[in-house]
Amino acid sequence: MKKNTTPVAFILLALTATLLPGLLSATEMTGKEIAFDRSKGNCLACHAIEDGDMPGNIGPPLIVMKARFPDRAALKAQIWDATVKNPISIMPPFGKHEILNDTEIEKILDYLYTL
Amino acid sequence: MKIFLNPFVFIALIAVTVNVMATPEEDKKTFQQFYSERFSNIDLDEFSNGVYALDKDARSQWEAMSDFPPYEDALEEGEELFNTPFENGNHYASCFQNDGQNIRQNYPLFDTQRNTVVTLELAINECRIHNNEQPLPYKKGDIAKISAYMASTSEGSATNVSIPDTKEALSAYQAGKQFFYTKHGQLNFSCANCHVQYAGRKARSETLSTALGQTTHFPVYRLKWEALGTLHRRFDSCLINIRATPLEAQSETYKNLEYFLSYMSNGLPINGPASRK
Ligand code: HEC
Ligand code: HEC
Repeated sequence: MKKNTTPVAFILLALTATLLPGLLSATEMTGKEIAFDRSKGNCLACHAIEDGDMPGNIGPPLIVMKARFPDRAALKAQIWDATVKNPISIMPPFGKHEILNDTEIEKILDYLYTL
Repeated sequence: MKIFLNPFVFIALIAVTVNVMATPEEDKKTFQQFYSERFSNIDLDEFSNGVYALDKDARSQWEAMSDFPPYEDALEEGEELFNTPFENGNHYASCFQNDGQNIRQNYPLFDTQRNTVVTLELAINECRIHNNEQPLPYKKGDIAKISAYMASTSEGSATNVSIPDTKEALSAYQAGKQFFYTKHGQLNFSCANCHVQYAGRKARSETLSTALGQTTHFPVYRLKWEALGTLHRRFDSCLINIRATPLEAQSETYKNLEYFLSYMSNGLPINGPASRK
């Protein structure tokens, strides 16, 4: 009996370790984490952002957001579907194509307004 | 920044809309002119070096590697395979013009009998089938080695893809062109987004190559693959990255895309195989 508990405990641990990040991601990730994560926003692929390592230079740097985007809805629209404003925009339509859900986009917006 | 972006948008719009009805020859001229204006300090032939035409830092590492290219053994194997007779005694050479030497630049070609694009890899497999041998898998392995050897015999020859004056050939070309400019996948990218509009820019630390010259050096040895892979295998990688469904190697769509892309590089020197990240 004693011999069996170790592997079981180990498997349980391994399971939680692999499952947890996936389960938590939607609710527990901060706006910044969602923006930086390669499988989520991956905004750094194209935009320089404060604290971001090796950003791309395809889009403009995301700076002084409050002054440049006083209207939160306009900022949200750019992230929801950039092709409305620019039909050949390279920026993925994060909301329209369900790359991010509404909660995640709202969190990114909160984060962007700290920049 | 906005002001800076506008010319791109404008030029790309021209490429997408105005030129829909242009002839392939007109397309090619606009296409090549676009890059030679954008990168006015780079010779046209240089685009055969892909991303290394644009990224100076990456280039010196790449050149250092070229002293002992990682595809050297595979290339030798390719030559051996090419010269090994089939069971029936025939050779690959018997299936091709000029015994298969210095012909890479003419591929893909359009077969007006069957009305379909014939890539070099397809021709290699059809040669095998014709000689009662099993076809090879298309994306890597022996077919890439044989194709690499054949490419090497065309070193320096100018890409010379032709489009016969038939409705079918033209529509194969148009289909390839359309695929190139159409958005794909959940992330909603066209090939042109990255390789035309933003060529030379960086996605994270990765410089985006020009679409011009992308076909001249295949098959490519990718460090990531640790092996040679064909152009259709490379198409897969970009489609997967944008969360689109990759297609079958030698599918009509991939063949047409290769036809369009290669035609755009007409005049550029063949320099395959090559190594890439
Ligand atoms: C593949 C490239 C790419 C990715 C990824 C990307 N963007 Fe963009 N973004 C652009 C480009 C290019 C523009 C310029 C306007 C246009 O063409 O739509 C832009 C514009 C913007 C703007 C307007 C900026 C301004 O100064 O006008 C904001 C805000 C923005 N992006 C936020 C984001 C956020 C947040 C993310 C991640 C969730 C993101 N972007 C991901 C390419 C990208
Ligand atoms: C989000 C950006 C992006 C999109 C969209 C994209 N690619 Fe790429 N592609 C890259 C990057 C990055 C590389 C590696 C660096 C380079 O050579 O450009 C690459 C490499 C390639 C290469 C290899 C170039 C070489 O010299 O070995 C080919 C060929 C290619 N892409 C074709 C395509 C085609 C065809 C499409 C559309 C189906 C496409 N790409 C869509 C980013 C993209």
